[in-house]
Amino acid sequence: MNIIDVIGPVMIGPSSSHTAGAVRLGLLAAGILGSRPVRAEIHLHGSFAETYRGHGTDMALLAGLMGWKPDDARIPEAEKYAAECGMQYAFHKIDLGNLTHPNTVLFRLTDGAGSSCEIIGSSVGGGQVKVTAIDGFPVELTGRLPAILTLHEDRRGVIALVSSTLANGGVNIATMRLFRNDRGGTASMVIECDQDVPSSIINLIGALEQIRSVRFIAGVL
Amino acid sequence: MKNDKLSLNRWIAEAEEKGQSLQEFLIEYNTRQLECDRAQLLDKMKEMLRVMRKSIESGLTGVRSHSGLTGGDARKLQQAKSCGLLGEKARDAVIFAMAVGECNAAMGRIVAAPTAGASGVLPGVFFALEKHYNLSEETLAEGLVVAGSIGLVIADRASLAGATGGCQAECGSAAAMAAGAAVTMLGGTPSQAGTAAAIVFKNILGLVCDPVAGLVEVPCIKRNGSCALQALAAAELALCGIGSFIPADEAIDAMKSVGDALPCALRETAGGGMAATPTALAWAKQYFSQDKDK
Repeated sequence: MNIIDVIGPVMIGPSSSHTAGAVRLGLLAAGILGSRPVRAEIHLHGSFAETYRGHGTDMALLAGLMGWKPDDARIPEAEKYAAECGMQYAFHKIDLGNLTHPNTVLFRLTDGAGSSCEIIGSSVGGGQVKVTAIDGFPVELTGRLPAILTLHEDRRGVIALVSSTLANGGVNIATMRLFRNDRGGTASMVIECDQDVPSSIINLIGALEQIRSVRFIAGVL
Repeated sequence: MKNDKLSLNRWIAEAEEKGQSLQEFLIEYNTRQLECDRAQLLDKMKEMLRVMRKSIESGLTGVRSHSGLTGGDARKLQQAKSCGLLGEKARDAVIFAMAVGECNAAMGRIVAAPTAGASGVLPGVFFALEKHYNLSEETLAEGLVVAGSIGLVIADRASLAGATGGCQAECGSAAAMAAGAAVTMLGGTPSQAGTAAAIVFKNILGLVCDPVAGLVEVPCIKRNGSCALQALAAAELALCGIGSFIPADEAIDAMKSVGDALPCALRETAGGGMAATPTALAWAKQYFSQDKDK
């Protein structure tokens, strides 16, 4: 955290956690899906479920899914724009249990090509956010920095191949986290970088034998 | 572990040891953290000040929230003939703070400093001081560095989120940040700035987050006004040489322990406090039933 996080961001009110944070969660979710969803089932947990109408959380989540930033003056009318661009959406309440952060959303998103994705994320205060699961896979993605997200086979050497590809492309790794369900099964990497990663490098990573999917997700702070 | 936390007391001691003003010390600290130079940091702060000024202007046009629950009070207060209870400075701080609160509730553009719900306190204090002490933009930008740095310490040792620590962590923190900044902008010493922040927490401890119907309106908007006053009162005490028996860091830690002890109902869930009064519940019921009809 730095002073810019405290004195900022500039945003559309009324709530940093329930409005600005919600925009960022929508942005991250659309980034993970890879494009603007054509269908969004949005499940709200805890305080999000209790108070989303009053905070414009619903508008904010839709705004993020459409790629808008938290200071976009159109946010109060996001529903109208979503309808105009043909995005189908519905809001539901869900109970994800006591251990889940009170400001949590579960997205079930479908893109134009019909592929879908389930994303869970929380707005953890002051507009900071954290995506904690993608398709049931535990991850930790904050959107503070540009990031690369992989799904890959849990085999030796994958991390070295990916990190050397980045190094050769002049990209510095800021943080790196690994997640896996089972030894030797599917694993995931979240690599936060100090700069945007060009698609040429993403394609090189995607071409590696053990990589099942790779996606670049722009920072949202 | 405790020693790893950011410490306002330590910064104050280091600034005084070096014979630096707190703002100069903290400008150096933050330029190191951000890897930028002094002008870049202050330019960023000035950009934020410009948004704050616009939020005040927007609020003073009398905007109303989408729910219709609030709006127009800052303008009403500004236009009313003062009954003289508050001096002009304090009165302006309340007017400006409430104006930003109303702009925020109307889904207008604000600077979340430190959060959207508490976004009126800093502009209230800063622009009242600007008006009455003729402070330069540079001075305000330096003051904002001090405010933000105090916020960093609070975020590290406690929290700035109402859902975690109640309103004391939002409007209370904003007031502590504004109080410390006000002291430095008016020429006080580093330790006086720390004292002002500590006094705010002593006075605001336990303030719960209890928004009616979950909206950032009642009691949030008036709390922004009253917390701007708290900041001015604490700065006045500190600038007059009155100390705080409890040091700033410990006051922040006390705020955290009170926040941890607050039940969930009093942390932004609209389950307690003003939100649970019969009037609030009746209004919320009617508001949400209208919503379903749409």
